[in-house]
Amino acid sequence: MTLELSAVMAARDVDVTFSVGPAETIALMGPNGAGKSSVLQALSGLVKPDAGHASLGGRSLFRSGADAAWLPPHERGIGSLAQEPLLFPHLNVLENVAFGPRSRGANKTAAAQKAWQWLAEVDAADLAGRKPAQLSGGQAQRVALARALATDPQLLLLDEPMAALDVNTAPFLRSLLKRVLAGRSAIIVTHDVLDALMLADRIIVMEQGRIVEMGPAATVLSHPRSAFAASLAGLNVLTGILHGSSVMTDDAGLVAGRLAGSMGGASQAGGMSEESPGRDATNALAAFPPSAVSVFLDPPQGSPRNCFAVHVTALEPQGDHIRVRAGRLAADISPAAVADLSLVPGDAVFFVVKAAEVVLYPA
Amino acid sequence: MKFSLVKLSALAATVLLATTVASCSGPGTPAAQTTPQTTSSAPELSGTLNVFAAASLQQTFTDLGTQFQAAHPKVKVSFNFDGSSTLVTQITQGAPADVFASADTANMKKLSDAQLVAGTPVNFATNVLTLVVPASNPANITSFADAAKPGIKLVVCAAQVPCGAAAKSDAASAGLTLTPVSEELSVTSVLGKVTSGEADAGLVYVTDAKSAGTKVKTIPLGLAKPTINEYPIATVSSSKQQDLAKAFIALVTAKEGQKVLADAGFGAP
Amino acid sequence: MPALAHPKLQGRTQQPWQFQAVPRWVFALAALGALFILLPLFGMVAKVNWAQFIPLITSESSLDALVLSLKTATASTALCLILGVPLALVLARAHFGGQRILRALILLPLVVPPVVGGLALLYTFGREGLIGRSLNVLGIDIAFSTTAVIMAQTFVALPFLVLSLEGSLRTAGQKYEAVAATLGARPSTVLRRITLPLVLPGLVSGAVLAFARSLGEFGATLTFAGSLQGVTRTLPLEIYLQREIDPDAAVALSFLLIAVALVVVSLAYRTPRSPLRTLVPRGAP
Repeated sequence: MTLELSAVMAARDVDVTFSVGPAETIALMGPNGAGKSSVLQALSGLVKPDAGHASLGGRSLFRSGADAAWLPPHERGIGSLAQEPLLFPHLNVLENVAFGPRSRGANKTAAAQKAWQWLAEVDAADLAGRKPAQLSGGQAQRVALARALATDPQLLLLDEPMAALDVNTAPFLRSLLKRVLAGRSAIIVTHDVLDALMLADRIIVMEQGRIVEMGPAATVLSHPRSAFAASLAGLNVLTGILHGSSVMTDDAGLVAGRLAGSMGGASQAGGMSEESPGRDATNALAAFPPSAVSVFLDPPQGSPRNCFAVHVTALEPQGDHIRVRAGRLAADISPAAVADLSLVPGDAVFFVVKAAEVVLYPA
Repeated sequence: MKFSLVKLSALAATVLLATTVASCSGPGTPAAQTTPQTTSSAPELSGTLNVFAAASLQQTFTDLGTQFQAAHPKVKVSFNFDGSSTLVTQITQGAPADVFASADTANMKKLSDAQLVAGTPVNFATNVLTLVVPASNPANITSFADAAKPGIKLVVCAAQVPCGAAAKSDAASAGLTLTPVSEELSVTSVLGKVTSGEADAGLVYVTDAKSAGTKVKTIPLGLAKPTINEYPIATVSSSKQQDLAKAFIALVTAKEGQKVLADAGFGAP
Repeated sequence: MPALAHPKLQGRTQQPWQFQAVPRWVFALAALGALFILLPLFGMVAKVNWAQFIPLITSESSLDALVLSLKTATASTALCLILGVPLALVLARAHFGGQRILRALILLPLVVPPVVGGLALLYTFGREGLIGRSLNVLGIDIAFSTTAVIMAQTFVALPFLVLSLEGSLRTAGQKYEAVAATLGARPSTVLRRITLPLVLPGLVSGAVLAFARSLGEFGATLTFAGSLQGVTRTLPLEIYLQREIDPDAAVALSFLLIAVALVVVSLAYRTPRSPLRTLVPRGAP
């Protein structure tokens, strides 16, 4: 099933166009308030876009204009799973899962059979007789997944399905999702880069109601174009204009680096290529990991290094390192180094990174 | 649900409070607060007089109260009009009444049985029943007998209240069997059902018929011996305004009082 | 953990001490409030002539009034459900102009004296009324009939059901309904299988309130329906009438009315709690 969506929601300042191919999983990412949930709601039929159109497997979901049309949620064949399981509290687990097939006209026996099958699939058959209140968060979410899948949805929408789960429960559901999403069209809203890498074929990044970046998950994370994708990938990213093997950045001077071997990232970004802001070849990005950054109190001498004079804004523990934040840039150094430099927020320091650690690629 | 219940109970509390306040400021309760009586031989009357009178006396007694106040500028007359039995209950429960005017002798007897009547009650008016029909007279009723016909929507008082008892005995003396569609709890309810056109006919007192004016057509029962309702009046023995009470009763029974009552349709005692 | 597993704390009757942010003087006022309701009830019960109680409440007129009251209150509760559930749904879920005004108007019978309600019904459905005139031509005569009693009761009781149910619907929210729709349930299916079961406690308490209000209806019935034994004279009217001549009978009947109301209310509050309240997951196995 292919999903084609183009939707404008004026009140929420959302304007997006994208498609989801058959058996493709999209990770929809972006900061809070970017409009991700609005997109899902428009697809489910819970909100009406002001303009646009959407079709799923050739069927029109909605259409604005002269031949306006609107398919109500129950006729869309789009399943959804939210952060909260939202199991019907008055029905037991089996009845919850059987609800969808039953509502679609299956008789009691057939619906129950289907429910058993999907409960087994999510490893929850032993919970069949329980009421939702008797389930743990992880169990409830698995049952909710089985309930969504029991209707054979043509498209599955997952809105931060693991956000409410604790760290011990999330991995199980993640691997379960990986199994059931194979061969399905799905959109998953997530803040977790691991979800995107494990579950999604492509990443779409939204900021302020617009799509700012889309492409294969690996490409987006290795060569982020947007600030949000850069922070997801944990990279420092500076934008500017390409000069040979350096980028003249807008606010940090000339940054030397090595040109990335693969420059094809942009062309792989599917439908994005035409709207990509970076067709101008001189626009480029410079990316380097925080671990490649050294911190000095005095400007270093010699050697082809990049040096940024910054003020420390925050110190955060990061694994066995301390992350030194200075505005948009970050450096990971050892606790011993922090103690040695006796760093506190507000200090004026120099972030130094070797040119060999900086990757340059066209925007 | 919890929220709505809370809202509901808040609402209920408000309603309750409103009712409480209303009944506190009602006509029945103002205390008989008076200036001390002088002991001189020709005392000037002063203070507040609480008159508990049957509902059918509302018009006439209000007029008489105004007259009384005009004659005694330092006196304030305060009325409590209600059903006679309700008034008796209130007085026996300690409501501050100085004068009680009943629409029947039975209720006056109840009060005197309770040792709450000073002296002997005086009958000051009479009332008889009459048939009333809506001004349009939809059922073309011309006589008492017409009203007793089947299919006619006749409304009377329930036998438990004085006007109902009178209706029963009037029907008996006319040799009629009444088949009312409703036996109302008060004569005003009967009148209301007729003036609204809901009923074809009703049995009410002549004074009620008169007060309804052109909204109803009055058809006399034409009985040789109609049931006569006596209206007795008396001073309440627990009253601290015995002189005032006597003066008011004197006005009611005197020529001026009788004229007002007669104008309203009451018969002489 | 050992403290939690202590057998003393496991019992259902013995609640562990819990912090409550309620000042003590609130309890004093609460006790006063409870007494304000309960004392008059005790005062009345103390007045009941127990020796004569059974004969008083089993007199023909008393029984007629009781049966009529139960019949009409049941009918008006049913009518409240048929009309009130859609009304509450529309008020809680739909969005349209004038919705707030509509809600305020529908709740009006709560604050308007019942007599006023009776007059309003009279001038609408009465023989000379707005609609009554046409009905009369069709041969439908509502006045002085049991139907009029049921209408008067429904008029005053409907807001109780609507208010209670609308509150429940708002508390329940639309999340479950949205999920049910994405699972392919048509709106009617969602209403039947999700919405109504979720608000069942609110629905039951609303119906109980409506029944109780119908049972106690006096003013509107008196004004609109009249008073005839076995046809329109319900228990409250009978009580008012008996009070004129036989206070003992009035008190006995009042006690009966309270007893009936008490039975209904206690039956209703035995229904299970809202499923929404037990949503918080308990301990993961």
